[in-house]
Order: sequence, then C-alpha cells, then structure tokens
Amino acid sequence: MFLINCPYCGERDQQEFKAGGEAHIERPKQPTELSDDEWAEYLFMRKNIKGVQFERWNHAHGCRKWFNMVRDTSNDEIKAIYKMGEKPPTQ
Amino acid sequence: MRNKYSVFSLIKNAISYHENWQRAWKDPAPKKEYDAVIVGGGGHGLATAYYLAKKHNIYNIAVVEKGWIGGGNTGRNTTIIRSNYLWDASAGLYDHALKIWEGLSQELNYNVMFSQRGVMNLAHNLQDVRDLKRRTHANRLNGIDAVYLSAEEVKKFCPIINTSPDIRYPVLGGTLQRRAGTARHDAVAWGYARGADAMGVDIIQNCEVKGIKRNGDSVEGIETTKGFIKTKKVGVVAAGHSSVIANMAGLRLPLESKPLQALVSEPVKPIIDTVVMSNAVHAYVSQSDKGELVIGAGTDDYVSYTQKGSHQIVEGTLNAILELYPIFSRMRMLRQWGGIVDICPDASPILSKTSIKGLYFNCGWGTGGFKATPGSGDLFAHTIANDEPHKLNAAFNLNRFVSGDLVDEHGAAAVAH
Repeated sequence: MFLINCPYCGERDQQEFKAGGEAHIERPKQPTELSDDEWAEYLFMRKNIKGVQFERWNHAHGCRKWFNMVRDTSNDEIKAIYKMGEKPPTQ
Repeated sequence: MRNKYSVFSLIKNAISYHENWQRAWKDPAPKKEYDAVIVGGGGHGLATAYYLAKKHNIYNIAVVEKGWIGGGNTGRNTTIIRSNYLWDASAGLYDHALKIWEGLSQELNYNVMFSQRGVMNLAHNLQDVRDLKRRTHANRLNGIDAVYLSAEEVKKFCPIINTSPDIRYPVLGGTLQRRAGTARHDAVAWGYARGADAMGVDIIQNCEVKGIKRNGDSVEGIETTKGFIKTKKVGVVAAGHSSVIANMAGLRLPLESKPLQALVSEPVKPIIDTVVMSNAVHAYVSQSDKGELVIGAGTDDYVSYTQKGSHQIVEGTLNAILELYPIFSRMRMLRQWGGIVDICPDASPILSKTSIKGLYFNCGWGTGGFKATPGSGDLFAHTIANDEPHKLNAAFNLNRFVSGDLVDEHGAAAVAH
C-alpha cells in the first residue's frame, strides 16, 4: 500500500488505482504475419523484474486516465511517473 | 543411519529431557559437482530431491536455498489441500498429489498432520451454482469425490455459516470434497528434508543462486554465494522468484509475481471443523490445530516482491468473513503476512523442460501450490530424471503458451485473484 502521484489529480491512495502490468509492450504492427512464438511473446511473456520496472497504471476510481510508472518492485518505491506517450525517463 | 521416529523413541527421549534427539538433516558445505541441483528449498523443491533419490536412484543431489528451508511460501500458505479442479489435466495432477498425501506421514516417518476434514466451496449467485455443479460433475467423471450441497445442507455441515437470504451475497449452495483438508506446512518441508538427507541429498541453506552458467544451449552449473557448483541438471523450484532465476539464464516466463496475504486470529476452542472457501465474496477460513482461525486474503494486482500486501485486501476479506460468520465479529487477528506468488495467465502451473538442455522449471503455482507439494515433487523428479515429462504433467509444459493449449483453471482457483 502506497501513495501514487497521479499526473492529473495529484497524490492519492493506491487503492484508487488499478495496476495495468508491464509498460511499453508494443502491439504488433502486422498481426497477420506474426508466428505463434511471437504471439506468445507479446501476449504472455513478461519481464516480472525484481527491481526497477516500467508499468502502466490506471486511476480507476479517479480521473480514469492511464499513465506510466517506474517502480522498484523489491520495496514498492516509486521512482518516476509520466504520462502516456511521453518518453520513459532514463535511469 | 537415521533413527526411526516412534512412540518408543519419544519415550526414550523424554527420559533424557529431549536433549539427545538426532539431527534431522546435516548442514553440509556444497561439493564441487552434483548430478542434479534443485534451486529452492521449499516443499516442492525438497520433495523433488526426495523422489529423485527414492524413485530414480539419483543420490548425488544438492538443494540450494537462499534462506532457510520452508521459510518461503511453504511457511506462508493456508495449508489447504484439495483436488476438485475442473479440467482433466488438473484433476490428474492435483488428485495424484492428494493420493500421495493420504500415505505421506507413514512414508516419510514424519507426522505431516494431514487431516481430511473436507473442503466446502460456496455458491453465492446463479452462475456460481451452475459453475459448481458443472465442476462437481467433471470431478466425478475423473474419479474425484465431490458432492453438491443445497443451502440447508451447507448449514448442516457447517452450522456457523450465515445462510440467511437477507445478506448481500446469500449462500445458495456449495460443493464438498470430503477427502480434502489441511496439513501442517512446516512438517511437510521438514519431513521431505529429513527423508532426502537420509538418502544422501545435500541440503544447503543460506546459499543464493547468482547466475546460471551455460555452454551454448546446455547447463554447466550455477554460481552461488557459496561458490560455483558444477552440474548438468538444474531444477528450478523458486516460486515467486522463478522469473529472477529465468532472467539469469536468458529465459522469459509467462509469470507475474504478486503479494498474497493471509492472517490468523487469536486461538479459540474448536468452532469450525472443515475448510470453507467462497470465491464470489473472497473469503476462506479454517481452524488450525492450535485453534487459530486461518484466513486467506487475495493478491494485490501489481507486481511486487516485498512479502507485504495492501491493507484494503485484508479489509475486504474480513468484511466478507464477518458477513458469512457473524460469530467471529469479536475475534482479534494476531498476525498478518504476505508471500510472493508466481501467477500464470491460465492459473495453472508449469512443470516443464525449457529450450536450454538440463534446465527445468517448476513454477506458476500461483495462489494454490501447497496442496500439490508431493505430486509436484514426484512428477518434477520424473521430468528431470528422464528428460521427459510424466503423462500427468505433460499438459503443464511451457509450450502451451505458444500452442494455445492452455489449462484455464481460474474458476477452480477457489477464490478469484
């Protein structure tokens, strides 16, 4: 449980938010040409990092907007928050 | 030679003030080379080592554990054992484990306190009723005992449940698996450790894996905090940390690690003599032999390795518990904790070879691995020894995420996560 600084609403309790999993997984540009292995990679395989991870979050019980977060999964410390479409910060 | 535990050994040691009990397992330094190394000294890993030695005559094995044995999810779960899963593949897997549980204390000469007190799953809406009836039929076709109970029968079997139609999610019925129950979680790890150690397995605690050495597409050994260990076969049974180990080998897994919480109350006199689980309102409860209510909460929806969880998850579970069991309204909770569970997209485990020769993964048990401990160890040992899966775990391969042949058990995961 932690506080999240929503880029649109400001600091709110984490329970207002929904985690959306790993960020920056690009939707295949040519879905019809994808092999089964590539589909598996896109749909199921995850980095699941212990440490600094890039994620998507949604302010589900607030403004309902999506944004990105950089968070250390080993201690739940939030390193950075940035809007969708913005370049991820370099570490 | 290992002394046998019996009533006579108990009396003999009582006379000497319990000061002369033999060590249950050694504390060896790692050798330079093993025929197989198991990464992870929880129940599943220790069981794997035990069955590799017992059934496949591979004795030169090490189990490496970064903390102490049974200190991870083995010591953090709610100890529920059942096999009432929907699909044939899961029924085969979990009932195989349940059958081993039934004779495990005798086999290990270690009391795992397996108690077949029954597990009841409640239905709170019409879809639950349909799903649970379907699951009951599927179970019976697979030779697994299951009965469907009406709300009155639920009340009769567990009188403290509030079956009033006036509550927010009234109890409409339920299923009961009588062969299901609970066991003592620590005893399972300790029993397997003692059994494996007696056959020559080295259990190496406080030994964290730092890297996996590969030569092309085959495994050569592992780097640990206690030095390099050479081996051609590595079985990874690292639960929530499976992805961390996989990353060391350059593999990707379809897992997300999330905190799952549980809590226990102060001990009270016997009040609930079975296990009751409710998927729709997310509440499950049983009573330990010490008298504590053992309550399982849900997972958080974000990836975390902190072994903590969010407060609102516990709050939600306790709300549901109080509505179903008003009698618990003045109970005080003693302890709460979290474990990190590795969840697969289809809520089924992976017991599989990988694209790297000699590297095997047993993971993805998610929120319900404890029940499968003996079966998982047995089948994983078979997979490692023969470099081929047993027919009971063939469906639980990694390739199912490529082929699409998933084993979707979200419905039978007992509580929605």
